[in-house]
Amino acid sequence: MHELPVTRSILGIVLKHAESNGVERVHTIDLSIGALSDLESEWLQDYFDHLSRGTVAEGAKLRVQRSSLKFRCEACAQEFTAAREELAGALCPGCGSRDAAVVGGTGYRVESMEAE
Amino acid sequence: MKSDLTLINIREEILSENKELADQLRVRLRERQVYLVNLMSAPGSGKTSLILRTVAALREAFRIAVIEGDVDSAVDAERVAAEEIPAVQIKTGGSCHLTAAMVEKGLAALPLDSLDLLFLENIGNLICPVGSDTGANLNVALVSIPEGDDKPLKYPKIFKTSDAFVVNKTDVQAYFDFDLEAFRSRVRRLNRDAPIFEVSCKTGEGLDVWSAWLAERVRTEFRVAATQPDGLAGR
Repeated sequence: MHELPVTRSILGIVLKHAESNGVERVHTIDLSIGALSDLESEWLQDYFDHLSRGTVAEGAKLRVQRSSLKFRCEACAQEFTAAREELAGALCPGCGSRDAAVVGGTGYRVESMEAE
Repeated sequence: MKSDLTLINIREEILSENKELADQLRVRLRERQVYLVNLMSAPGSGKTSLILRTVAALREAFRIAVIEGDVDSAVDAERVAAEEIPAVQIKTGGSCHLTAAMVEKGLAALPLDSLDLLFLENIGNLICPVGSDTGANLNVALVSIPEGDDKPLKYPKIFKTSDAFVVNKTDVQAYFDFDLEAFRSRVRRLNRDAPIFEVSCKTGEGLDVWSAWLAERVRTEFRVAATQPDGLAGR
């Protein structure tokens, strides 16, 4: 249920920009979500469909771009990406060290929307 | 009739309104020289117990109060009030985390001018409180031995974003498979710098180290605030 306040915030941002741009209908909304986020796309869409009823964003599709997990090696400073499942195990491809830490991955934002 | 689709660039952080209010709260608290600690954990890890133990250790040094977040009960606030610690209860009415707006209401019910340190007990949950800035100076995540050492793998965001970690219930470690070294290395994959404290709120073990560290953080913050041009020097 933590998607609910997030979805409410997304809708607020979308409606604000819809009004300032004088759009009549929002078709798609592009979101970027960090690799460490627990947000489920399906729930975001369900909540959005419910919350957006009767607004210019009703029926809009959310497109979620998830960033991959980014590490920085503490031994050789190389940055590399890995799948979320590799959180504990990913080794630095440069020097083979396990001593790497995740960089970023916690942000989420509304990037853009397509509207008419 | 219009039918052309236009692409509108937005590039706006989600939950930025909450963040803005949280930033305002931090400024207001700094003006009053009140240090706010946001304590987060799963239900039953010992948030209230850690607060009671920490207050007992620091109440000679600081004037302390507690804001208790609860979905719909006053059990924790009553425990705190029973120790004669000023406590404010916020019922979120089903919401799974505290927002900056809820904290603002809690602050309004407290005599901030006669406080130094304020604990905020968040809703028991490792997911929802993470994205919602409370205005705290310090975000502390608490994990207890029976929960297991895999929590950084399952809930990485809270481990990435917290400033300090406390592992509670070390007195029962012999009965569980919690590997402290594995836990530490999993936390380090996400967070290089945050200290990890091992404590038992039951026996008191390790609480002196944690309390001393926290006291130093509070004092450092006040010293820094006192040197700011807009800070309240000469307290």
